Amino acid sequence: MQELEKILDEALQQFAAIDQAAELEQVKARYLGKEGRLTLLLKGLGKLSAEERPAAGVRINQVKQGVESALQQRREALQYSQLQLKLKAEALDVTLPGRGLSCGGLHPITRTLERIENLFHSLGFTVASGPEIESDFYNFTALNIPENHPARAMHDTFYVDRKHVLRTHTSPVQIRYMENNAPPLKIIAPGRVYRCDSDVTHSPMFHQVEGLWIDEDVNFSMLKGVLSNFMQCFFERDDLQVRFRPSFFPFTEPSAEMDIQCVQCNGKGCRVCSRTGWLEVLGSGMVHPNVLQHVNIDNEKYLGFAFGLGVERLAMLRYGVADLRLFYEGDLQFLKQFN
Amino acid sequence: MKFSEKWLRSWINPELSSHALAHSLTMAGLEVEALEAVAPAFNNVVVAEVLEVIKHPDADRLSVCHVNVGEAVSLNIVCGAPNVAVGMKVPCARIGAVLPGEFVIKQAKVRNVDSFGMLCSAKELGLTEEIQGLWSLPGDAPVGVGLREYLELNDMLFTLKLTPNRSDCLSMAGVAREVAAIAGGALNALQVDPVQSSFAETVTVSIDAPEACRLYCGRIVRGVNSAVATPSWMMRRLERGGLRSINAAVDITNYVMLELGQPLHAFDLAKLAGGITVRYARTDEELVLLNGQNIILQDDMLVVADDRQSLALAGIMGGIASSVETATSDIFLESAFFAPDAIVGKARRLNISTDSSYRFERGVDFAATRMALERATQLLLEICGGQAGAISEVCGQLPARNEIMLRTSRVKRVLGIVLGAAEITALLQRLQFKFEQQGDDFYVTPPSYRFDLSLEVDLIEEIARLVGYDTIPAQPPQVVGMMVPQTETQRPVSRLCQIMVARDYQETINYAFLEAEVERDLCANATPVTLKNPISSQLAVMRSSLLGGLIGALCINLVRKQSRVRLFEIGMCFTREGYTQREQLAGLCYGTQLPEQWGEAARSVDFYDVKADIEALFAPALLNFVARPHPASHPGRSAQILLHERAVGWIGELHPKWLQQYEIPRVVVWFEVELNALLSGDVPHASEISKFLPVRRDLAVIVDESVTAQSLLDAMLGSNTPYVVELALFDQYRGEGVGDGKKSLAFRVLLQDTKKTLIDSEIELSIARLAEILQQNGAQLRI
Repeated sequence: MQELEKILDEALQQFAAIDQAAELEQVKARYLGKEGRLTLLLKGLGKLSAEERPAAGVRINQVKQGVESALQQRREALQYSQLQLKLKAEALDVTLPGRGLSCGGLHPITRTLERIENLFHSLGFTVASGPEIESDFYNFTALNIPENHPARAMHDTFYVDRKHVLRTHTSPVQIRYMENNAPPLKIIAPGRVYRCDSDVTHSPMFHQVEGLWIDEDVNFSMLKGVLSNFMQCFFERDDLQVRFRPSFFPFTEPSAEMDIQCVQCNGKGCRVCSRTGWLEVLGSGMVHPNVLQHVNIDNEKYLGFAFGLGVERLAMLRYGVADLRLFYEGDLQFLKQFN
Repeated sequence: MKFSEKWLRSWINPELSSHALAHSLTMAGLEVEALEAVAPAFNNVVVAEVLEVIKHPDADRLSVCHVNVGEAVSLNIVCGAPNVAVGMKVPCARIGAVLPGEFVIKQAKVRNVDSFGMLCSAKELGLTEEIQGLWSLPGDAPVGVGLREYLELNDMLFTLKLTPNRSDCLSMAGVAREVAAIAGGALNALQVDPVQSSFAETVTVSIDAPEACRLYCGRIVRGVNSAVATPSWMMRRLERGGLRSINAAVDITNYVMLELGQPLHAFDLAKLAGGITVRYARTDEELVLLNGQNIILQDDMLVVADDRQSLALAGIMGGIASSVETATSDIFLESAFFAPDAIVGKARRLNISTDSSYRFERGVDFAATRMALERATQLLLEICGGQAGAISEVCGQLPARNEIMLRTSRVKRVLGIVLGAAEITALLQRLQFKFEQQGDDFYVTPPSYRFDLSLEVDLIEEIARLVGYDTIPAQPPQVVGMMVPQTETQRPVSRLCQIMVARDYQETINYAFLEAEVERDLCANATPVTLKNPISSQLAVMRSSLLGGLIGALCINLVRKQSRVRLFEIGMCFTREGYTQREQLAGLCYGTQLPEQWGEAARSVDFYDVKADIEALFAPALLNFVARPHPASHPGRSAQILLHERAVGWIGELHPKWLQQYEIPRVVVWFEVELNALLSGDVPHASEISKFLPVRRDLAVIVDESVTAQSLLDAMLGSNTPYVVELALFDQYRGEGVGDGKKSLAFRVLLQDTKKTLIDSEIELSIARLAEILQQNGAQLRI
């Protein structure tokens, strides 16, 4: 009996001392193999008397189970520590940069246009478009700007031939849309426009968004409401002050110029707003009855408002771009700032 | 329109500060573009007379002056200006004066001589930038009077940015009338009494173009002394109105123009031959204008002529031959109404702009034509002396001023605010409009000076303007009704942008115009849309492709040391034929396919990288790429892109000769496709998926170099071999074991059925069928 105790102790000690799986299996054989000590003891049970045999068998089996369980524990412990070693060896430098393509980005003007389109879309405006080489008729005449009207001189028009121009504004889209669609109408027309003017504050190509809402109950008060709401949403400033001033556009009457409080100095006066505290951001007005008449819309029944805003101006104010020309240089250093 | 505030306040003096007045004008539609002081702040500067000039005992360049500042005792002042002289009237800053730049004048010792003030130059007073020595004031300047008072320097300059419809405000009278309507107050209007004529002699006036010249008044003034100096008050108002003094007679006509808005013209009577005729120019008639410009007249240009020749371009500019000079003593003075239609556009065509044409083009008050002539005569007699003759006046059909109906109900509909008839009455009265009221409707006759009022809305704008746009509430939009439809078969452009961005392209926006050479080189386009008036030859023609702009942007980035550039643009392209305009999407890649990084060998971007981008853009639609040359591309590395057999774009490697020309050191791969081809898609429709596992078989073949992978794929796909659900090339190999002029291609075939698991014989039958097709197309199977 003492021998059994001794075997168990020895086995436990030996197992604990082993740190290689293969060695553990070899040592296991010494106890549980064909010639193993416990195997021999079990074989030797036959030599015992019938009375002694059951108790001795139980005792030996108990010890055998003890050895097996110790063996199993040790196996698992060894497996575990081996796995730990492997995992440790496999550890990555997680700070190494990720691989593969990087991401490009949208142009700040596109980004601004999307923002404008989304805001107006939420009010039910849909997007319309038109050609950039435009006839004299759509660019001017149909918009109540007859030939030789002094307002044409305000436009610095690029001519393609005597009758065709690069559109100087997105307003001709209004006409084209009204010719093909019956009121009520609610559209915006974003796009590129061209003026023969190039210096620090003028680009010969720039972007406008034209807007038009024609219905029976559209009025000037709504014009103010929609455009004020738009500016506040665009700049995410509920308290943004705006003001409307009488102005003149041949295709609207009454006409209004919209100013917003300078977003740079909050109206205190700075270089950006020429110290006036205000920034001119868009032209607007009630659609001129002559324009509606041109496209055969009953100008007694229907009223509408229209507006045109300069996208570059809004983008510059929103993102703090100081120089207009940066938009068209294509310099990645500039463009990537908007990714 | 520029004017002096003091002058305005002599017409009307509202109880508003300069800034408040400017604000009121701006908010009423007369935008004040600038409001600036005539002179910077300084004080204690008086008119002084130099009594004596003695050389400074210790300094060569200094003088010691005795100066009379209007007090009993003259002052001793050391002065360094070389032009100081006895008898000169000069500004003198007294002890305690503060000059611009916070420069305080103190009693000082200058090289041991006491100095009690400073004699000033105009620069020291901040009135000019130039250094001109002491400011020599006119001989009659009153000694001891403050300079600011003497020169009326406590004045502000208003600059109005007038819209083209408000020609009525191109005069002091007009602005004053407007201020009266906006701010209220008594208008101190100018009273002009007719000048008694001293003789009956007139110049005969005949009008050959009655629709262009509706009213013409003229008179002779004899014995005028044109050499007299223009009075300083008039000079001041002219200067502050932005006009330069020329001679007294011309100054007077300009002054009346600023005062009343009526451009006038003075002819030298001695230089006229016979009567005056207003007519259209004869073709090729010549005229030398006052500015020296020699013009060939066109037959739609209105001229004022005598019996011999054209004298002046009517309403635009006089001729030099009949102009008034200092020696002129007899004048023929003209005040006329030329119709805007007759004048508009002509000055611009000749590339000139005058104060006169500016006003006539926009409309001049035809009820004040004669008054302006009387006013000018009055001033002429007062200032230059002489005697006036009778007025000859030819009056034709004056512009109609028809009654406009204004409905109270319409005011509410257009503006969205309720104004009662009584309020509207009050507003119309403030505007001094003639009107009759019938119930809630008004019948308004626009005044002769307004050329922008012909419809009801024009009057509604006037109402809104006076009420103040600010008082009209901003009604928040209330959206009721239908949702905006969304067509799912239409792919939004923003989605395409997202794909490009996700594939590492940076969006650019390039000018739509470029150099003609770029179109010729890259697109073989010898006939692009050409601008008649380009900014420069670099921006002279409209692009037919986006490629030129992208290359331009690439070059900018190469100059700025970027080594990997991937750009895209969406924009309109133009062709001359019928001015076709089509939106395109183009991309350009330069440098390595992946950004430089660890663990990946740097590999230059190639054709197939970009091809994958295009396929991703069009997916799930399938494209065909057909080898075809493009002028921009390497001839062996160029393909046209077909979608459902239709050519929709190009892909290629930029031709080495362009790389050389644009100094691009490495390969550029570009593509361009029609935007429209990318915008239509299908609404997805789900079909049954198979529960049975697919089987993969590979087929490897050796073919001639000339055989394209696509031709083999097309042949196999076209055979409709059973169970084949996917067929793709997965390897290409050249070299050992393949033979010269040959290549090995390996295809992956996936076979699957929706109804059952495939058995070997079915699989083998399909594969054999594909192998046979490959062999029929010149392929040799590899074992």
